[in-house]
Amino acid sequence: MNTNVATMKGKAADVEKDASMRKQKEMMAAHYDRLTAVPQTGEKVCSTFVPGNLNELIGCFDLVNNLPEVNAIQNGLRRTSGQYVLEAEKLGHSEDVCTYVKSDIGMIAKGNIAPNGKPFPNPDVLLLSYTGCFTFMKWFELLREQYQCETIMLHTPYMGDGKVTPNMIQYMVKQLREEVIPKLERVSGVKFDIDRLRERLARSAQAEENLVHVLQSARRRPSPIDAYFGGIYYIGPIFGAFRGTEDAIQYYRFLREEIDARVAAGAGPITPEGDMGPEKYRLVVEGPPNYTNFRQFWKMFYDEGAVVVASSYTKVGGVYDLGFRHDPQRPLETLAEYCLGVYTNRSLPMRIEMLSNYVEEYGADGLLINSIKSCNSFSAGQLLMMREVEKRTGKPAAFVESDLVDPRYFSAANIKNRLESYFQMVEQRRASARSAA
Amino acid sequence: MTMPDTATIVARASALFEDLHFSSAREWKSAAPGRKVIGYMPIYVPREIIHAAGMLPLGIVGGGDQLEVIHGDAYYQSYICRIPRSTIELGVSGRLDFVDGMLFPSICDVIRNLSGMWKLMFPHVYSRYFDVPQNYRDDIGGNYYAQELAELRDALAELRGAPVTDEALRASIVAYNDNRRLVRELYDYRIAQPWQVPAAEVYLLMRAGLVLPVEQHSELLRDYLAAARAVERPRRDNCRVVVAGVFCEQPPLNLIKSLELAGCYVVDDDLLLVTRWLTAEVPTDGDPLQNLALAFLHHSESTAAKYEPNAREKGQHLVRAVRRSKAEGVIFASPSFCDPALLDRPMLQHALSEAGIPYVSFKYAENSGQMQPIREQAGTFADSIKLWSGQ
Repeated sequence: MNTNVATMKGKAADVEKDASMRKQKEMMAAHYDRLTAVPQTGEKVCSTFVPGNLNELIGCFDLVNNLPEVNAIQNGLRRTSGQYVLEAEKLGHSEDVCTYVKSDIGMIAKGNIAPNGKPFPNPDVLLLSYTGCFTFMKWFELLREQYQCETIMLHTPYMGDGKVTPNMIQYMVKQLREEVIPKLERVSGVKFDIDRLRERLARSAQAEENLVHVLQSARRRPSPIDAYFGGIYYIGPIFGAFRGTEDAIQYYRFLREEIDARVAAGAGPITPEGDMGPEKYRLVVEGPPNYTNFRQFWKMFYDEGAVVVASSYTKVGGVYDLGFRHDPQRPLETLAEYCLGVYTNRSLPMRIEMLSNYVEEYGADGLLINSIKSCNSFSAGQLLMMREVEKRTGKPAAFVESDLVDPRYFSAANIKNRLESYFQMVEQRRASARSAA
Repeated sequence: MTMPDTATIVARASALFEDLHFSSAREWKSAAPGRKVIGYMPIYVPREIIHAAGMLPLGIVGGGDQLEVIHGDAYYQSYICRIPRSTIELGVSGRLDFVDGMLFPSICDVIRNLSGMWKLMFPHVYSRYFDVPQNYRDDIGGNYYAQELAELRDALAELRGAPVTDEALRASIVAYNDNRRLVRELYDYRIAQPWQVPAAEVYLLMRAGLVLPVEQHSELLRDYLAAARAVERPRRDNCRVVVAGVFCEQPPLNLIKSLELAGCYVVDDDLLLVTRWLTAEVPTDGDPLQNLALAFLHHSESTAAKYEPNAREKGQHLVRAVRRSKAEGVIFASPSFCDPALLDRPMLQHALSEAGIPYVSFKYAENSGQMQPIREQAGTFADSIKLWSGQ
């Protein structure tokens, strides 16, 4: 493994990636190969969601995990999601609803081809871990209609009052013990072994520890990472198919060493065009990114010397930096707590507090919100969040709008214009602060 | 005493509907010291618990087409539905300044997030996200929900400074059972003779149930049923439709009127489901919270906000509603940007197609002003049913 700070050239001549990014890409590719080889290997497939995913549990039943959100992201990055969204709308899905769902439905209608060019296998089970997003429930009802396979609901109550109650934990543990596990046993033909789950949870905790180390490295100046655009690479394995595996432990150990090396060298983050150069602005970002124009969006930041030091999106699959670790001693309870604690299952006041703390703890110049047209779970309430964070931190906030995977809603000129205005505002604040001093 | 006629009753309901300052609820509150009002949003909250605490449950379903939204738009992007922004407008403009608590039921991410916004914007008002189970086993979802109900009961008890007794809860269940029975009677009467009870009148009567104490609302319904039966109204050559998707943000009253003017008798709908959410009598003996919990699990309406565990059952509630009401088609009227309604719609449409039931779809906002396109669409749908159904 290469842990040198010097970047490695990616496959495409004009894209530079850290070694960890290349490794992550290889892991994801290997997973898609495993998934599409199911007709030959005889493995069974469990489709599920990123927030509140029960990867350790799924692994206990030797099921291969398929994540429709990640597939939609891949289609966004590969610029195929636009045609899929249109296909779904042609089939009667509203232009107003989640574009992840429509990308997925459209992809199925157009042959259900995975990023490796091979057809996705039909899932044997849909594990509807209903956490933090109402749309998930409808999405899997739609997929159930399509695949006509076993569907398991795990309902996670919402942290409306900002706390987890014993009633919530008991409810979830009982669902896990009496509904989820017996059904997974039935589908997989594998008997549940709680010690196997404990082992996987212990592995998760190790990987989580290193992920947190990496994310918190952004407190340094310069930040060695971009915790939003780069962060999406970093969270991939642990939010996806690898939590609870040896691969994840190795990846996050490797990533930690790589980032530590960047810190030792005083380096900033890597961008698709190489090292970012001098760090001029430090931002906290709320909301998912746009994936159809991901690099173009990122470039608008690094061209201005702006680095994202913390983001909420990198917490949708688990809020580890606030201290949560999977606990092998309380296997079912810890899964419940994990699901309850993901970012989008937190109340608005909790989210605002988290973002305000990020601005302070990471020494950010302010908050930027990328509001997603078709994601109410994130978007509803963001204008109030913006005002509250501004009020609490005294730092300026700004607002741009795009969509997850619908290219029709990415207006580059508009976003760039707003970002430039925002950076000017930050400069003005700095100048005012200097003159006041 | 002279029995009021339908026009008088509807005029009263209409006045309540148009009153965006909620004067009747304010008067109720000020009529005795210590009274409290608890607001709630769609789809469902167990109003029995609020009633048993001696409080007035007040349904808040947005501001409609008569409220000018000035502040509310500043809180929401253009791609978010209208009900939260007009509800915020009601709040920041002081129209809800007499409300002591707000409940935000589990319906969608927008209302869910609004619950947190309310906590921040109105920190002195008790506000609670009201979660309901998506697991329908008595010993799993039932236990969870009974405990949630107990937490709500205890919170309201704290708010009023006295416990809410089981006896009071049972009495409230009796009052709401009576009310739901009357609502069902009205809906059944409309199925039998839709020309006797226009959809707009039924709607206004249901809206009155959101602001009146339940006993007064039941009386209103009784009076209306008696008055409606006493007078024959002209029968039109309309087709019969079920209206679906209108369970949260409300369509303008003119939209409901337009459907009938366009040739459609509305014989069933999912408007204001809270008034008939529980589909069977709630037992009045035993543990009242347990009874409410089990009623929710096993005898409540199907709608987009509820998970349907049985794949074969998906959409069948709508097919059954069509059969029961002898409807000839379904009108899907969904608020723009309404995730639950719009995501559910394709599945419901598939179920209707398999059952050979025609449908038409359009979107609206609570402040939609132009009814001509909707009238044309509904009129064409009615014509197509009359011309080609059964061929």
